[in-house]
Order: sequence, then structure tokens, then C-alpha cells
Amino acid sequence: MAKTMAPQKATGPALDPGLVRKLLTDMLLIRRFEEKAAEAYALGKIGGFLHLYIGQEAVAVGATSALRPDDYVISAYREHGHCLAKGSDPKRMMAELFGRRDGLSHGKGGSMHLFDKSVNFLGGHAIVGAHLPVAAGVAFAIKYEARDQVIVCYFGDGAVPQGEFHESLNLAALWKLPVIYLCENNRYAMGTSTDRALAQTQIWKFGQTYGIPSEKVDGMDVFAVRDVVGRAVERARRDTTPSLIEADTYRFRGHSMRDPAGAVYRTKEEVEHEKERDPIALLRQRALAGGALTEADVRAIEKDVSDRIDEAVAFADASPEPPAEGLFTDIYKEG
Amino acid sequence: MAVMTYREALNQALREEMRRDPRVFVIGEEVGLYDGAYKVTQGLLKEFGAKRVVDTPICESGFTGVGIGAAMLGLRPVVEMMTFNFSLMAMDQIVNTAAKLHYMSGGQFSVPLVIRGPGGPAAQLAAQHSQSMETYYYHVPGLKVVRPTTPMDAKGLLKSAIRDDNPVIFIESETLYHLKGEVPDDPDFLIPLGQAIVRREGTDVTVVAYMGMMYRALEAAEELAKEGISVELVDPRTLRPMDTETIIGSVRKTHRVVVVEAGAGFAGMGSEIAAFITEQAFDDLDAPVERVTGANAPMPYARNLEKLKTPTTEKILAAVRRVCNANGS
Ligand SMILES: Cc1ncc(C[n+]2csc(CCOP(=O)(O)OP(=O)(O)O)c2C)c(N)n1
Ligand SMILES: [Mg+2]
Repeated sequence: MAKTMAPQKATGPALDPGLVRKLLTDMLLIRRFEEKAAEAYALGKIGGFLHLYIGQEAVAVGATSALRPDDYVISAYREHGHCLAKGSDPKRMMAELFGRRDGLSHGKGGSMHLFDKSVNFLGGHAIVGAHLPVAAGVAFAIKYEARDQVIVCYFGDGAVPQGEFHESLNLAALWKLPVIYLCENNRYAMGTSTDRALAQTQIWKFGQTYGIPSEKVDGMDVFAVRDVVGRAVERARRDTTPSLIEADTYRFRGHSMRDPAGAVYRTKEEVEHEKERDPIALLRQRALAGGALTEADVRAIEKDVSDRIDEAVAFADASPEPPAEGLFTDIYKEG
Repeated sequence: MAVMTYREALNQALREEMRRDPRVFVIGEEVGLYDGAYKVTQGLLKEFGAKRVVDTPICESGFTGVGIGAAMLGLRPVVEMMTFNFSLMAMDQIVNTAAKLHYMSGGQFSVPLVIRGPGGPAAQLAAQHSQSMETYYYHVPGLKVVRPTTPMDAKGLLKSAIRDDNPVIFIESETLYHLKGEVPDDPDFLIPLGQAIVRREGTDVTVVAYMGMMYRALEAAEELAKEGISVELVDPRTLRPMDTETIIGSVRKTHRVVVVEAGAGFAGMGSEIAAFITEQAFDDLDAPVERVTGANAPMPYARNLEKLKTPTTEKILAAVRRVCNANGS
């Protein structure tokens, strides 16, 4: 069940400063990336749909911190955070958002279709529910070749009523595939709250139906996510057991840049209240209180992250548009 | 050369490719224990085991997605659709994911996947089980679409499809599975995708057809020969990419064209062939391109209505006579 987030005191085991530094850096990197992307969108440098991950950073960073670099990740269209956490280069990501030649996909994918083979990030899929069976297929291949990698598949609460969610859980359970289905329940699919979409709003319980380990976790607590995903990874690696994890989280911004306030379907008070659970503020507070980091450390991390994202924007800005021939390349793999 | 059925030719292609490459596996409903709903995968479970001959529950979208994911990691799945009518359950996986991954990822990922099974009109199976599904797929950049007419083509094209690095839609036919023909034994016998074949040389008129329609066109050609009309028969074999060159070459020779297709004519394969012939060889034409197509109606069950829906040899004969009687310059 959900652990409600009490303000963290410096209790429990002491935090590993190296780990805290890494987690805070990655979460801040995502937040700055998203803030800069929003600015660029307002300036018309990014077009189409842009879905920001702000508020949900603890999920991507906590989960990825439990993975090996050679593990796989696949996601939906709100995937900048997952891609960054997996270790992709913010410069090439931003260039992709800008639709430029040096983007990860040379400008042919955009914000919703980030792919980075070099870090085993398998995309960037914008049909709600469609990448869940693909994740099962990746896990199938891992098992087929008797490798010991795993795949984490992120998706929203909006994918749960979709048939492919159920097909995938059934297949993963039936064939015992090393996949971790990680639902980021931010309570809304566009404007539809989970109670208007789901007969069973406790999403983790669907895992029980399919007979696989399933858990709910506070998605604002990066350590809690790391812990729960870590255990799922261990199971998957040990004997290819799949898991379903529901992370209780919240998106602070609208669904996309075309829904800036997100105010029709939720109240301002609700959003303000949820911002008190800001995962970055919570981590910072906990790190300082526990003595893992000093104020000066945090300032240095913030500065470093800001510099990297500024650099990413400059890189994207300087990158040329893709050449016209690009229209017809990569439709088919040749040879 | 050995003489075998179309079904056996497909089975042999699968067997040879599975022996050749451990990354090739077969997945779908009833492909293993049941030996294939249409017995195309007969004996594969016995030879290759359950790891490589994977029975699935009924979830086309789910197991097609599994094929795509496995292909992204470098395996070479052959997904069987029990019949292609059911592929619509997986259409999003095929059109939005399989066909577009290579493009959207800027060439980083590819999907070496074959989706195969029977499709097209069959005997009295009514509206949902008797239709030409290639239409839905050949519109999509990123897919290749194959329709093999003979046992030899079935084998050579399926082997090429499995070795291709792209998603290939490979649609067989229930009505051809029992058909016998010569098939090369050579395990490296391949027919390249994207190559049409001239099945019968002729000088007066080009008839383009594939699958069951090719056999009706052949029948018509024999009949017309008696009337002194020499028909050239061209089978595209691969519908995307289409070998327009071979078709145009034939048109330049005969100056008259009839396209035959089983599916409903509106926006069908005949429309596309008529369009590129008009664009590329208008001055060579002595008559307008004629299309003989399935009626623009769903497939009815009753035998007499089914016959009305389907292009018959008589309709092909009539169309060829019309274009041959037209007075071109
Ligand atoms: C199959 C499908 N139907 C509808 C849409 C349009 N759509 C895009 S995002 C979205 C909401 C999805 O919400 P959720 O899965 O909770 O993810 P979140 O946006 O909260 O991250 C909808 C309806 C789509 N992309 N795909
Ligand atoms: Mg949501």
C-alpha cells in the first residue's frame, strides 16, 4: 500500500554521499532540461507536442539507479526523464527536440520519439499502451538468449485500461519474462482522473490478478523507488520473474504545453498541495539534514547541472536542420 | 527440383531458415502443439522445441508486439497470423511501431520481422474471414508486402523475407495451400523481394495479377489464345516495393493493360498500377487501363452472391476483349 510521505527526518541508516550526489544530480538534470525545453517551446524552437516530466523525476532516477548500464529501458511519450536518467547525452536529446541534424534521431523523432541505442534506451512510443507488448518482446529475447539483463517499461495510468496492458501482463506472467512494468500513476490521463477511467484504481493489484509480484511505492521518494525497483530487478535477474510496480506520483505541469495550467480537471489547490511533495526538494532536505551533502555541495551541483543544460541548448541551437535527403533515409534498412 | 505443395514449400522454407539461423523463431496461435491451424508449421515443434516454436494465447496485438521487441534486440521472429483477418487486432503494432521504428530512431533500431499467414478470399467464409488484407499494409512506408502465387515463390520469397532486415507482411492463401508445383531443393534458393515475374509471354495485352487471380488470368489467357489474342501475364509477387519497371516494360510492348485483383476495387492495387502506368507510359497506351476487381461490397456468405463479389475468369475475358477492341492510335 501507499506509504504516505511524512517530512523526512534524518533517521534510518546514514545516506551514502556518493549515491545522494548522483541521485540529486540526475533529478536536477531532468528538471532543468524540462524547464529549458519549456522556454524553447515558448520561443517556437520546439514544435508539436511537448510533455514535461516535472514532478515525476524520482521515479526515473530511482528506478534507473537500480539498473546496470546494459539493462534496457522503454517508455511512452513523456520520456525525456527516462532517457536522461539512462545516461543519454542532453545535447543530442535537446537537438532532437529542436528537430536538428545532431539530434539522437537526426530530427526525425522529436520529443515523443527519443531513442538512444548507445545506452539501451528503446524509445519513445506515443500510442498509449503499445510499447508494453514490445517490452515483453525485449524480455523474451533476453530470456531466449539466456542473458541476465532486465527491462524496465515505464507507462502512465492511462495505459492501464488499454487491452495491451492486460495482454502484456498475461504474457509476461505466463512466460515468466524478465520485465518490470513500472506504472507512473500521476492520477491523470490528460484530463481523465483514474477514478473516471478504472474500475480498480489500485493499479498494483492487477499484478496480483496475473500472479506476479506487485507493489505500490511513493513515487516522490527516490530511495523508496530505488528500493522497490531494486528488488524487482533482483527477482528478474535471478529467475526472470516479472513485476508490476505502481509509483504514486504527480505531474506539476499540464498534460502538454497545450494544456499549460491543467486547470480544468484539477484544482489549483490540489496542484499546490502536491508540490509540497516535490521529490527534488524532499531529497535535498533529506541530504542536508542527514549531512550527506552541504549547502555548498548542493549549490555546486545546481551550477554544474545548469551549465550542462545551457550547453545542451546552445548545442541544439547551433546544430543545422537535417538535410533534405533525410526525408527518404532510414525508411528501410538496406543490405 | 522437387514437386511439393505450396504448404510444404512454406514449411520447408521455415525449417531451412530455422536450421540456418538460431535467431529465427516462430510464434503465434496453434503453431506448435496443434502443428499449425493450416499445418504450415507442421513438425517444427518436434524438430526445434518449444523455445523456438512458441504457442501464444489469442492476443494478436500482444504477440506481434513481442515479435517487434525481440526483433529490436536482433532476433528474427516469424509471427504467424492464424489468418490475416485477425492481423487488424495488431494493426497498430504493425503500422505504428514495426514500420516506423527504424525511421523514428534515425536508423538506430531495425525490425527484422516476418508476419505471415493466409489471407484473401476463401470459400464461403463470409465477411470477416474472406478478404484481401494486403490493401491495408501496402500503403505504409517501412513495410514490405509479399503475395506469393506459386509453391516456388512461396519458398523463395519466404526465405528472403526472413533474411530481410525490415518488417515484411507475407500473405499466403488458404485456397493455394494444396497447390502443387516444382520447388528447388537448394537451401540457398532465394527470390529477391521487389521482383515481378512474367509468367507467360504475350504481345497483345498485359494482364497483371497475383495469387488466385493469376490462375484465373492464366485460364483466360489460354482461352484468348484460341481467339488469336496473345496475353502477357505479369505477377508483381511483391506489392511493396513494387517492381514497376517490369510492368512498364510489358506495357511498352503490348500497349494494353488489364489489372486483376480480388479485393474491392476502390483505392485498390489496380488503382495504383493504373496510376503509375498512366504517369510513366501514357503515350504507349492504346486503350484505357481496365481493372477487374472484387465488387465494392463486403464478402457475402451465399454461394451465388460470393460469386458475384469475386472476379471470375469470364470477367477477365470480357475485360481483355474490351481493351483489345478499343481503337487506339
Ligand atoms: C492509443 C492512444 N489513444 C489516445 C492517445 C492520446 N493521448 C496521448 S497521451 C494521453 C493520456 C495518457 O495518460 P497517461 O498514460 O496517464 O500518461 P501521462 O500523460 O499521465 O504521462 C492520451 C489520451 C494516444 N496517444 N494513444
Ligand atoms: Mg497519467
